[in-house]
Amino acid sequence: MSKKPTLFFISKNLKPRSLLSQSERKLLVDPLDDDNPITVQVLGICSALAITVQLRPAVVMAISVVCVMAASNMIISIFRNLIPSRIRIIVQLVVVATMVILVDQILRAFAYDVSKELSIFIGLIITNCIVMGRLEAFALGNGVWRSFLDGVGNALGYGLILIMVAFFRELFGSGNLMGIQVIPDFIYHLGYENNGFMLFSPMALITVGVIIWVQRARNRKLVEES
Amino acid sequence: MIEQYVNLFVKSIFIENMVFAYFLGMCSYLAVSKTVKTAVGLGAAVIFVLGITVPINYLLDTYLLQQGALVWLGPQFASLDLSFLSFIVFIAVIASMVQLVEMIVEKFAPALYGALGIFLPLIAVNCAILGGSLFMQQKAFVSVFESGVYGVGSGVGFFLAILAIASIREKITYSNIPDPLRGLGITFIVTGLMAIGFMSFMGVKL
Repeated sequence: MSKKPTLFFISKNLKPRSLLSQSERKLLVDPLDDDNPITVQVLGICSALAITVQLRPAVVMAISVVCVMAASNMIISIFRNLIPSRIRIIVQLVVVATMVILVDQILRAFAYDVSKELSIFIGLIITNCIVMGRLEAFALGNGVWRSFLDGVGNALGYGLILIMVAFFRELFGSGNLMGIQVIPDFIYHLGYENNGFMLFSPMALITVGVIIWVQRARNRKLVEES
Repeated sequence: MIEQYVNLFVKSIFIENMVFAYFLGMCSYLAVSKTVKTAVGLGAAVIFVLGITVPINYLLDTYLLQQGALVWLGPQFASLDLSFLSFIVFIAVIASMVQLVEMIVEKFAPALYGALGIFLPLIAVNCAILGGSLFMQQKAFVSVFESGVYGVGSGVGFFLAILAIASIREKITYSNIPDPLRGLGITFIVTGLMAIGFMSFMGVKL
């Protein structure tokens, strides 16, 4: 993790007019690359892999996680001084579970097909380590607005990886994107075949592995020691 | 009769392996698999908790949450459907069970408690545990015993997976891997290869 000590001084010089201060923008942007929840913090991998066969469920999942994380981060942050630390895990679980039930019911009402495809994975947002991890690590010790930004930022970082994996798997696996054929017919006539193996679950792991590889090759400071 | 349970057990260990087929419990699988010793501790705790919570949640689901489940209270409850509450009920059961198991183990088996250490409380937020209960709800088992067999089977599947990856990671520290791939990257790719291996069980008809 890269904390630049200079940031504090930079934020002093900023004009107070801007919507987000420098440090707040950092909360939103950092999780997209340098501090990505999946590839760097290793949180929330469970659901990231299982629903990336196609782009559409991945996008829906990403949006659901953004909503759940923003809301639960804010709620926990509001009550952070009232929650006794011994029972905080149960309190967090109840808050997150309530948010997830709301999202699940909304999806069933307005996007039934996608909700069927996602099956138990919407429910599993409750135990998604990103949500719990950020509640523990951030919302319990920070103000409401900053917690909101942190929640949105981390959920976007998660969604970004989700959508990248789903993009490659759907493109190479079935030649479609969002269910629409994108690889033109004449390429198939030339002898191109869809790689059906991309649709199997092991390829999700390997795709994430390759994404991690590319990211760390670009960004040397993330390379692990041992 | 017994054959059916054995089939379910083998199926939940190998064919529908929590880690390799559904990617559940991945977070702790990656975080706690650096050494074999800790991996065994976590795996044992997962078997334990899955074996307890799946049957309890099965009973709650059948007699409290499903549509028409409250009929034992009186015929006027036949149309009541509380299944939208299942997430919150399941997670509450899991969290309190983990707490209870922790206290019981601490009191009656201090050695085991020392061995499991921090892994017991961690389990409350392991996706594999909640996933076990949610799959149980989808599969519509017919008896408590069947759901118990499924719970223990899934736990053993997780145990096998985490034991295997921990042994591989212990060996892999001596290999010469490209820098950016070290640690997390290679673990992902190895898990992918293992999952391809486990796919060969898909053809087994039980």
